[in-house]
Amino acid sequence: MSTQVAVRVRKITGAERAVSVGSHVVLSIWAIVVILPLLWTLMTSFKTTTEIFASPFNLPVKIQFGNYTDAWTTAGIGTFFFNTIFVVGSALVLVMLLGSMCAYILARFEFPGNRIVYYMMLGGLMIPIFLAIVPLFFVLKNFGLLNTLPGLAITYVAFALPFTVFFLYAFFRQLPYEISEAAAIDGANEWRTFFQIMLPMAKPGLATVAIMNFLGLWNQFLLPVALNTNQKNYVLSQGLAAFASSAGYDVNFGSLFAAVVTTVAPVLVVYVIFQRQLQGSVSQGTMK
Amino acid sequence: MSAAFGGASGPTPWPVTSLPRAPKHRAGRWRRNLTFDKISLFVVFLGLPLALYITFVVSPLIQAVSYSFTDWSGFTPDFKPVGFANYVKILGDDTFQKAMYNNALLAVVVPLIIIVLSLALATMVTVGGAGTGQIRGIKGAGFYRVISFFPYAVPAIAIGIMWNLIFDPSSGLVNGILTGLGFSSFHLFPWLGNIHTAMPTMMFVIVWGFVGFYMVLFIAAIKGIPAEIFEAARIDGAGRLRTALSITLPLIRENVQTAYIYLGIMAIDAFVYAQALNPQGGPNNSTLTMSQELLTTAFQKGEFGVACAMGVIMGLMTVLFAALVFTVNRGTGGRDRITLA
Repeated sequence: MSTQVAVRVRKITGAERAVSVGSHVVLSIWAIVVILPLLWTLMTSFKTTTEIFASPFNLPVKIQFGNYTDAWTTAGIGTFFFNTIFVVGSALVLVMLLGSMCAYILARFEFPGNRIVYYMMLGGLMIPIFLAIVPLFFVLKNFGLLNTLPGLAITYVAFALPFTVFFLYAFFRQLPYEISEAAAIDGANEWRTFFQIMLPMAKPGLATVAIMNFLGLWNQFLLPVALNTNQKNYVLSQGLAAFASSAGYDVNFGSLFAAVVTTVAPVLVVYVIFQRQLQGSVSQGTMK
Repeated sequence: MSAAFGGASGPTPWPVTSLPRAPKHRAGRWRRNLTFDKISLFVVFLGLPLALYITFVVSPLIQAVSYSFTDWSGFTPDFKPVGFANYVKILGDDTFQKAMYNNALLAVVVPLIIIVLSLALATMVTVGGAGTGQIRGIKGAGFYRVISFFPYAVPAIAIGIMWNLIFDPSSGLVNGILTGLGFSSFHLFPWLGNIHTAMPTMMFVIVWGFVGFYMVLFIAAIKGIPAEIFEAARIDGAGRLRTALSITLPLIRENVQTAYIYLGIMAIDAFVYAQALNPQGGPNNSTLTMSQELLTTAFQKGEFGVACAMGVIMGLMTVLFAALVFTVNRGTGGRDRITLA
């Protein structure tokens, strides 16, 4: 290697390094801004109320697991947790089933009104839930579903449907026609073709939509606040908000922090396990 | 599965094989045979989801629009049409005007900050790496991406309450750090209780919650640009900033527009954050949102007709916002299609 080339390379590397170091500094600061509040919340959840008010930085003298049992039982977070599991779990299963069925029909069959249904679903993605919330209250009331967990689950399904259908529609369209034809030739009826051939082939798409729906439904706040006002039936998000607004100065502050951690932990675990898939799906959305 | 594949080559009485290949045969499929099998499939597969969707989403939307022209209080069966009276009432109401202003402010400022910040971070991750020749991503890009994406997985209500605790005047982390650094004027400073800081604080919390998601989205978009284009720009002597502004931004314009519209829709709602940070609307209603006013009007005052009108105004603002973004994007050159050939 001649000296001339070597000099040029070094010169570029100097400026390059400055850019790289600068980028690292900025990105690290951002990473700290993201992580620090989460870690601080976690740490504070182990402190007593006195310790919390003494200083925001002190480590807990003794780890207060009592905050968690207190939040779980006294504040009712435990009940809210299982309510959430029930509502989100059943809504997720239903929306995945109904959503994939609907997407399959729209994507694979030409029939009069196909476009109308498709655009009706698409419109549901854009319109704010707030527009529908008041009449929705009375729709549920007329069905006797107001303030019940099944009622909340059904509403979740209806509002998660557009996204699910929209995403899976694109997925079912890509699947090769030859395979469903082969199934039909072999004598599989339409139902069997769907459940035994098409659905298993759509697994990657289904998994991604399921994860995104899980996060979205677990985080849902407006629908339960408006439609599920019986404290016994609270889900985590609204229970947490109620706990926070009731937290006067005599309340154990540590347990409020513990309640926040309890709400965040399950979704963060799901995220960490599936982050590759989730980030991949965000990327997929940009390919169009 | 294997049986399905195996049978494809064998002779069959089914007319399907004689049909031309996709896409033409798709139209033929429908006309071909309306068997019980297919009808039952349609009834269940399309009928069930559609019935649910129409009952719980479409019909409430239509009802909301018609109720907005009545004096319905919800709990009495009788109500009478009042024309545009509800709209006149709320548009002249000081509190709702304030809420509309707050949401409009959120819809203008928050998406802008989030998009600028996430684009800058995404650019650093994708082209911030040191090296000669090819432009490369920064070392540890995966780490930054995973960390930044964290807030997306945290429930919005938990984000709000967490930051409410962090901005707490006496026990919060922010005042702790600031007074620790010597800024003693921030001792017991009420971030969310001060008329000047409450709104910026809420904006900060929303930005914190969304930047990571859009950063990941933009990283993917930037990675979709062929490397040759960056190389050509570099050979022509363009620096990184110039490349980002003149090459990257125009090429991912569509993604930016989509992000802007989604963030605007979120900002016109903003209910969760407003409710977690200042459930009462903040000092002098400085963080009050239309969504909070709507719920109060409906479920505390029982004025359902008025609340429906508020919902319609929120919907109209959303449509208006999307139209505005489209127009601005087109007016500033987004119309010229850039092709990567």
